[in-house]
Amino acid sequence: MLPETLKTELQERIGRVAHPREMAIDVINALQDHFGYFSDEAMAQAADLLGMSPLELEELATFYTFIYREPVGRHVIHVCDSLVCWMENGENLVAHLCDRLSINMGETTADGLFTLLPVCCIGYCDRAPAILVDRKVHGPLTIEALDRLIDTLKENRS
Amino acid sequence: MTATYPQVLLEHRKPDRITTLSEYRQAGGYEALRQVLTALDRQEVKTRLTDALLLGRGGAGFPAGIKVQTVAEDAPFPRYMVCNADEMEPGTFKDRVFLHAEPHMLIEGMTLAAYSIKASHGIIFIRPEYESAARILEREIGIARREGLLGKGILDSDHDFEIAVHRSGGRYICGEVTAQINALQGIRPNPKQPPPYPTDKGLWGKPTLVNNVETLACIPHIVKNGAQWFKDLAISPDAAGTKLFCVSGRVNQPGCYELPLGIKLSEIIETCCGGMKGGARFKACLPGGASTGYLTADHYHIAMDFDSLKKAHNRLGTGAVMVFDHHSCMVAATLNLTEFFARESCGWCTPCREGFPYLRDLLWRIETGQGEADFIPMIKTMCRHLWKSYCAFAPGGVASIESLLELFEDEVMAHIEGKGCPFKK
Ligand SMILES: Cc1cc2nc3c(=O)[nH]c(=O)nc-3n(C[C@H](O)[C@H](O)[C@H](O)COP(=O)(O)O)c2cc1C
Ligand code: SF4
Ligand code: FES
Repeated sequence: MLPETLKTELQERIGRVAHPREMAIDVINALQDHFGYFSDEAMAQAADLLGMSPLELEELATFYTFIYREPVGRHVIHVCDSLVCWMENGENLVAHLCDRLSINMGETTADGLFTLLPVCCIGYCDRAPAILVDRKVHGPLTIEALDRLIDTLKENRS
Repeated sequence: MTATYPQVLLEHRKPDRITTLSEYRQAGGYEALRQVLTALDRQEVKTRLTDALLLGRGGAGFPAGIKVQTVAEDAPFPRYMVCNADEMEPGTFKDRVFLHAEPHMLIEGMTLAAYSIKASHGIIFIRPEYESAARILEREIGIARREGLLGKGILDSDHDFEIAVHRSGGRYICGEVTAQINALQGIRPNPKQPPPYPTDKGLWGKPTLVNNVETLACIPHIVKNGAQWFKDLAISPDAAGTKLFCVSGRVNQPGCYELPLGIKLSEIIETCCGGMKGGARFKACLPGGASTGYLTADHYHIAMDFDSLKKAHNRLGTGAVMVFDHHSCMVAATLNLTEFFARESCGWCTPCREGFPYLRDLLWRIETGQGEADFIPMIKTMCRHLWKSYCAFAPGGVASIESLLELFEDEVMAHIEGKGCPFKK
């Protein structure tokens, strides 16, 4: 269930714009943040709030990179695999991450802490190789810096 | 260094923060807007943009002055001004650097463009990776509104203009104008071929002007200093203005540099970027993002402007220069780019949806030593088919592949004949 405060806040934001559907991505993002991913339940709630059909929202949800229709870990790591990061040792970074977390790209660790996903160029090529952790950018990364980052996230788990 | 060239868009760039509203005004910001609202009519703004030969900085290089003129005098209201801050072309990060430096220059540019076509609603469409820029923009829009620079009756005139920030869910195709208009309306963002053109029927069926961040940022300067001044900024006689070049890859100092159009490629690499990394030799670059073809050492001294690149059968694109050295494998690089296009194809039309995975597989086999000589004509044929796709995404995506075969056929053949990548130790 959606907490009343979040529901009211979203209703107010939707009420302020001329066409509710222009808010679709913002609403999806807010519900995704709340439910952890864009679940069927979240989709039904979003449809309700926006006055759109669930199908219309599915058309959006299945299109965009940052909308997750399946559960993801507490921290989502998007690793840029486009040209510049790839040139700057990105492949080794990916191999190291997979190794360190014992998962492949597209998977979530057994403790539910991390999900690894590939992403196209994130616009920080001057800081290649770069990754996003919970949508925040880190780069240029060395293997050591990456290890420290993972350590910090693990320590802060509680 | 770059400081020897006139800086316009990034003159007041600071290492870690934006130029505040009061700093921007002190440096002459919002003067152009005041001038226009008190003394200049709309037509004069459009004329200045046209005379200044400002070409769109978002990749296509369409003349900005002509685009504003296409909004008909008697077109319906409300009219929309959309700023394209999607910037998802691999290698491109100039708009990000600019937005973290001069948000008010963009706000002023959008307001001027909106005034010229009587648009009342502005929207900045921004990619999710630029959340920090989105927040800066929202905050500074609020500040501008409080100072009477946005909102109702701007600077005590009868011109009203509001700006909202729209966050994307993240897909490269959303940078394409018609797809972006769908995205803004909460519709699955496949492109839609014109007509109608967005300036005729765009967002919510109303006239909509879409311009890139950098294009809009040039407008206050052109209005204030005139068309001739803008043209004189460029080195090439037929070009106009400065350009934000974002350089990445095998150079010592990758980064975003504001340079006159017409600057030599060699000067960008050697003077601005401190030369090639580790003393390596320049082998090739993509001059304007992932949708342009390779330039080799034969063009090391080419003038970087729209016309010169067209003459070299290439494009200036977004001005994103990605540099390769003599250790770089061009087959592997092209495979990486093709992977990008295969993943980001919006899937609407068959040539693009099916063609890129097919091309990727052929390139992958060549790179991993399973290539055959017949693959080359197969690749060429498929690239030709991709020119018949629904939107400009696919022709852009085959640019690197076509130029690989044209410029580096020997290297491709070395992979096929040697059954593997000659660059792998
Ligand atoms: C696949 C594709 C992606 C594009 N992405 C962008 C983008 O991210 N930003 C941008 O300004 N223009 C992008 N464009 C170009 C726009 O369609 C359009 O030409 C531009 O935004 C117009 O602004 P301008 O005239 O000021 O350059 C893209 C075009 C295509 C075909
Ligand atoms: S060319 Fe590609 S991106 Fe463009 S409409 Fe076709 S499938 Fe979509
Ligand atoms: S290629 Fe990785 S951020 Fe651009």
